[in-house]
Amino acid sequence: MAKQIPENSVGIVRPVCLHFDEPLPLRSGKVIESYDLMVETYGELNDDKSNAILICHALSGDHHAAGYHDPDDEDEKPGWWETCIGPGKPIDSNRFFIVSLNNLGGCAGSTGPESTNPATGKPYGPDFPIVTVRDWVNSQARLADHLGIEQWAAVIGGSLGGMQVMRWAISYPERLRHAVVIAAAPKLSAQNIAFNEVARQSITADPDFHQGHYYEHGTYPKKGLTLARMIGHITYLSENALRGKFGKSSLKGENFGRDLRTGKLNFDFGVDFEVESYLQYKGEAFSSNFDANTYLLITKTLDYFDPAVDYEGDLSKAFEKGSCKFLVISFSSDWRFPPERSREIVNTLLKAKRQVSYLEVESDGGHDAFLLSEPRYLNGLTAYLSVVANESAGTRGADHAS
Amino acid sequence: MRADLFFIKDWIEPQSRVLDLGCGDGSFLALLKQEKNIYDCGLDLDPDNIQKCLQAGVNVIEQDLDKGLANFTDNSFDTVLLTQTLQAVHRPDFLVEEMLRIGKKCIITFPNFAYWRYRYYILAKGRMPVSSDLPFSWYDTPNIHFCTIRDFDELCDERKIKVLDRTVVDDKHRRSILMNLNPNFFGINAIYHITR
Repeated sequence: MAKQIPENSVGIVRPVCLHFDEPLPLRSGKVIESYDLMVETYGELNDDKSNAILICHALSGDHHAAGYHDPDDEDEKPGWWETCIGPGKPIDSNRFFIVSLNNLGGCAGSTGPESTNPATGKPYGPDFPIVTVRDWVNSQARLADHLGIEQWAAVIGGSLGGMQVMRWAISYPERLRHAVVIAAAPKLSAQNIAFNEVARQSITADPDFHQGHYYEHGTYPKKGLTLARMIGHITYLSENALRGKFGKSSLKGENFGRDLRTGKLNFDFGVDFEVESYLQYKGEAFSSNFDANTYLLITKTLDYFDPAVDYEGDLSKAFEKGSCKFLVISFSSDWRFPPERSREIVNTLLKAKRQVSYLEVESDGGHDAFLLSEPRYLNGLTAYLSVVANESAGTRGADHAS
Repeated sequence: MRADLFFIKDWIEPQSRVLDLGCGDGSFLALLKQEKNIYDCGLDLDPDNIQKCLQAGVNVIEQDLDKGLANFTDNSFDTVLLTQTLQAVHRPDFLVEEMLRIGKKCIITFPNFAYWRYRYYILAKGRMPVSSDLPFSWYDTPNIHFCTIRDFDELCDERKIKVLDRTVVDDKHRRSILMNLNPNFFGINAIYHITR
């Protein structure tokens, strides 16, 4: 029997694999001769192709942003941004044609470290070239060409996705009308890079890593990747979010989230507190579905993001061209990319005399708040995108009249 | 439209850059956009107001005026607006200086605390005035720095601020002979167009 799918979901979706033959020159100087991109789309492209929205994913995301794949699997979780994408949701599939892809170097079907290197006949592994946000956006522009989309109504992304949105506005200023940058930063801080480095060291120190050639050794650095994700996961959540998760049973949360797993101390080095088993569970669940080389690569992509380098360190110069409008959103408890970092983006845009709106959402959700149902965030996004949708409808109306 | 806004509209040039400090629900910027095709930028702190601005397609930035405007560069706007908000900030003098740095011209409106009814209220009742224009009690009012037209003239004088235009109106945006004769006594709302 088919499972029950909520009415405000895009429902069952089928990803497609698109092949690109034109070589893609990378920022590093290397070239990817040909590549595949896994893509999902939701909604219908209108006649004048003015209602297309591109979704850019973050570190652990992929093309499956909304809906379900299996009509029978009752336990299947929907796409990673189900809270925002769907009929009647902020990114409304009734009004927009929404495009979501797995970026190059990913591990969900697009060409990446797990793919076969045509030069050797073996998986790329650690030899897959490091791709930058700029390279991703160049590949996304080719995807837009392929779909016949001259200009996106909006490009939207959170975290690393927000960085891709900024890069779109810099590299292809004429190809988008709106840029929605959520929980992002103009570049990583030393602290951000430090956390990434610890994550990388955890992976590379795993004896099963084999310098990244673990596919050939029939091993997998599961422990290392689990540890990397555990560290990452802590930085995605706020202290209050953790406290709330593991302190509800105690009186008024006065236990500071320190709930014990078995109700007593064990006096050994095993798991005593609930947060420990939670983190291990999260880390292990992630590491069974994600490729360690991709994780290494994407943390580097994050570290390298700094669009100001081409403009003598002045990011506002990078934003001087183009006329797209910006919506920037941050979350109060996000300590990975805190509100100050989003305000840096806003101030840079103001300096460049760009049109920008900024929302600072009060939330306990930490960095991951951009994936949660924070009412103010969703309402703000809905209001903004509804104006965008009306513009798209307006263009179409004008074209039909002429 | 609010009394003070009716007069301001004529002082805004078409296609100019307008920064509205404490822009509220954005309806005035929306009107200016529609009628004068301005580049709009509003600042507010209230989540409901910000939501309404987004709904109206008005550019709005969540920012606290009391934390300064250092993020805006010199002369980056043609007009900086501050309507009925001067009396609610911590340091009105700092804010006015900052407005003059950011905007080529500035428009400031505020309730004139020397209006005769307010004077009478204090004189007769011995209590802080409460009216339809100033509906708050002394303990919960956002208005913490009341001033009069004479006070503001003096500030402009001291700080070498040029007053391009000044209008005094009542709550129904009417002007009258009495208000012209003695604005500080008969005017409810003061509207200043200033520059450096």
